[in-house]
Amino acid sequence: MAAKKTATSSATAIPGSGGATPARSSTPTPATMTAKASKSSGSSPNDMVQKVIKYYINTTGPRTNLIDVFLVFLVVNGAVQFLYCIIAGNYPFNAFLAGFCATVGQFVLTASLRIQTQEANKNDFPSVSPERAFADYVVCSLILHFFCVNFIN
Amino acid sequence: MDLFAEGAKGQNARTLFRAVILCFIAAAAISSRLFSVILDPWFNFRATKYLVANGFYQFWDWFDDRTWHPLGRVTGGTLYPGLMVTSGIIYHALRAVSIPVDIRNICVLLAPAFSGLTAFASYILTNEMVTSPSAGLLAAIFMGIAPGYISRSVAGSYDNEAIAIFLLVITYAMWIKALKQGSMLYGALCALFYGYMVASWGGYAFITNLISLHAFVLLAMGRFSSRLYVSYTTWYALGTLASMQIPFVGFLPVKTSEHMPALGVFGLLQLVGFIEYLNFAVPGRRWFFYGCLFGSVLLGFFGLVALTASGVIAPWSGRFYSLWDTGYAKIHIPIIASVSEHQPTAWPAFFFDLNMLIWLFPAGVYFCYKQLKDEHVFVVVYALTASYFAGVMVRLMLTLTPIICVSAAIAVSKMLDTYLDMDSPDPDDYPMEEAPESSKKKKPFEEKEEKPVGIFGLISKGIVVGGMTVYLLLFVLHCTWVTSNAYSSPSVVLASRMPDGSQHIIDDYREAYQWLRQNTREDAKIMAWWDYGYQIGGMADRPTLVDNNTWNNTHIATVGKAMSSREEVSYPIMRQHEVDYVLIVFGGLLGYSGDDINKFLWMVRIAEGIWPDEVKERDFFTPRGEYRVDAGATDTMKNSLMYKMSYYNYNSLFPPGQAQDRVRGVKLPEQGPTLNTVEEAFTSENWIIRIYKVKDLDNVGRDHASAVAFEKGHKKKKQTSKRGPRSLRVE
Repeated sequence: MAAKKTATSSATAIPGSGGATPARSSTPTPATMTAKASKSSGSSPNDMVQKVIKYYINTTGPRTNLIDVFLVFLVVNGAVQFLYCIIAGNYPFNAFLAGFCATVGQFVLTASLRIQTQEANKNDFPSVSPERAFADYVVCSLILHFFCVNFIN
Repeated sequence: MDLFAEGAKGQNARTLFRAVILCFIAAAAISSRLFSVILDPWFNFRATKYLVANGFYQFWDWFDDRTWHPLGRVTGGTLYPGLMVTSGIIYHALRAVSIPVDIRNICVLLAPAFSGLTAFASYILTNEMVTSPSAGLLAAIFMGIAPGYISRSVAGSYDNEAIAIFLLVITYAMWIKALKQGSMLYGALCALFYGYMVASWGGYAFITNLISLHAFVLLAMGRFSSRLYVSYTTWYALGTLASMQIPFVGFLPVKTSEHMPALGVFGLLQLVGFIEYLNFAVPGRRWFFYGCLFGSVLLGFFGLVALTASGVIAPWSGRFYSLWDTGYAKIHIPIIASVSEHQPTAWPAFFFDLNMLIWLFPAGVYFCYKQLKDEHVFVVVYALTASYFAGVMVRLMLTLTPIICVSAAIAVSKMLDTYLDMDSPDPDDYPMEEAPESSKKKKPFEEKEEKPVGIFGLISKGIVVGGMTVYLLLFVLHCTWVTSNAYSSPSVVLASRMPDGSQHIIDDYREAYQWLRQNTREDAKIMAWWDYGYQIGGMADRPTLVDNNTWNNTHIATVGKAMSSREEVSYPIMRQHEVDYVLIVFGGLLGYSGDDINKFLWMVRIAEGIWPDEVKERDFFTPRGEYRVDAGATDTMKNSLMYKMSYYNYNSLFPPGQAQDRVRGVKLPEQGPTLNTVEEAFTSENWIIRIYKVKDLDNVGRDHASAVAFEKGHKKKKQTSKRGPRSLRVE
């Protein structure tokens, strides 16, 4: 998710399209444009990263950006904890595990929320409205943090 | 069943009918478990009493010094507390609404109550598989009365499995619901039930691995969906945390190989999810991405191998290997192989425990395979793995029973739905060749559409439905018979039939435990084989050396060594462990085959595992490889403490030279064994339990053998007159 900086500039994009699934039926126009472009141009990794960024900017709405910023924060947070564990040792293993699990758990829950709130994924989740998704998210996060606090010693 | 629902008009009436039927099924499930009520697993009961008396935190820190003497056992940290906490909560809840009820009654009735809930859970699970509601009801009734499950949940069978099977089924039901709807909430519910399951039964690893296997199979079939991502990751993140709350499990989910598949699939799903996103962003590079995926999977795999090799992650345990190689446990961990529940299942057991369900089972799996949606893949995966495991170990029949009930119910309901449909279909509506091209184009793993099936003749309908009804009735009869005959007899009380057909109760165990309770000191240590440890602790309330929680193999081997060695070797061992009494089970007089002489070889094997130089299994067999107890027995056998204690004074029951062992069906040598270091303290009515007192050191410093010889020289006459031929008391 290399979108931390570009989050503000994409406010004009079509809100809430795209997402992490292969729901091809509802591909929005920007995606098809990039698709055509990708065939013609070269295939260096640099190009690809640029394409992904472009696609992201074009297809992601501001709310989703907010979620993504949180996701990036969680990834960084988890990485820092893991580094600390490697460098400084895992002495209070309970505490490390609780912290790391909280980060990972929050990450997957947030990712799930992001998936469920995408327009493109409507077909996959006929029974989950965005509001319901958010309510589920809150409940699950509460459970997660309850367990973590209990485990942290 | 379905007819009633059909007859009632309107959705509400049907729902009501369904609810009423479910209640009846639950009632039937509970009442069929009440044939006899005797509390059996004593340890759980003891633990529950401790929990209720001392509160939760005390229970957590409970150190039990009355078992595993002299080691003791950190009970709070080494048990699965789910069962005790459940009954504790029920107890306090009933108190709160001022229904004073004894904790013992709760313990006795917990298993039947939960079996009612299991029936309901299998209703939910089956309803996720098929659209026809009758299948769910059938699954519920099957689950309610299938002997394979009743065997572990009769009233009084207060064991972990009593609640674990309910949790198993409901966890799977929640998992399927979560997967179908892609709902975080159901994923979280699934994780909570999973956590409860972890708190209750060591078999939770089956859930961990089956769910991850299901997810992996779906991935391998190219069926990644965001629903799968949402449900699996929610379940795993919350479920793992929940499972780590149990002290006994602790860090195991991140430190042992048994839990690694779940973690691996979790990581895999993250990668696949990310790649699907990239794929969407940059089309046309699919193979490149999948190459990266494959590379990272390989990397992860080798990382895992390296971590295992370096000892960060514990390798697969012996219990795991024994599932794949049935001979493994016998060689490396005899303690596991010696448990009767861990033997491979005999074929008749399947028919005995499941009757007609066993042949309906493949049909149900076939119907699932025909549709092959995500949830049907689960049935197929579950069926395959559980059938294998049930074949390896008798005990795992329990995990197979739910899926058998579900798929048999699917098969039966499919059949009844087809044949009970009153209006015959019009042949013109269904042309025989229905677009063959389109069906050929389908990929092998795509979901398939169903073609409607109809039956034309009334006669064929009648025959099939009638036949099915007869089978169902026979099944109910079989279940009732099995339950009342095979599974309702507790192990401490044996029932036999007198020649005139009246029932005769053999109550030697309780007689002996009562004797211990009344005639020995409060802290007299009892040495017995571990099978009887919980019973001695619970019923006689005396400390034991080893018990059914077989956590310390060496300690058990010590007892095995003491039993299988010569008296001169055994006596120091018993002195060191402060043994006051030795309790053995002997069935020779009555023909009770579950006695210690028949278990003796396991004691020898377990002892041999620790002291291969001092105890040798080969020495207990004759040169021709026979295991004999009569005059032809080997010297090692004849001199072993167990043999001597079993047959000590046994001759006096019979006319000279006529002593007979009715289990082994052999005549015993005329001269019975002599005992020097222990003396007979108690023998129960039918000689099933014999208790010996370990003698103190001799007053004048002789060794026991010479002391006994000395005494015999003087008191030969008195000895015989005191102990005349014993006659068998008959009621």
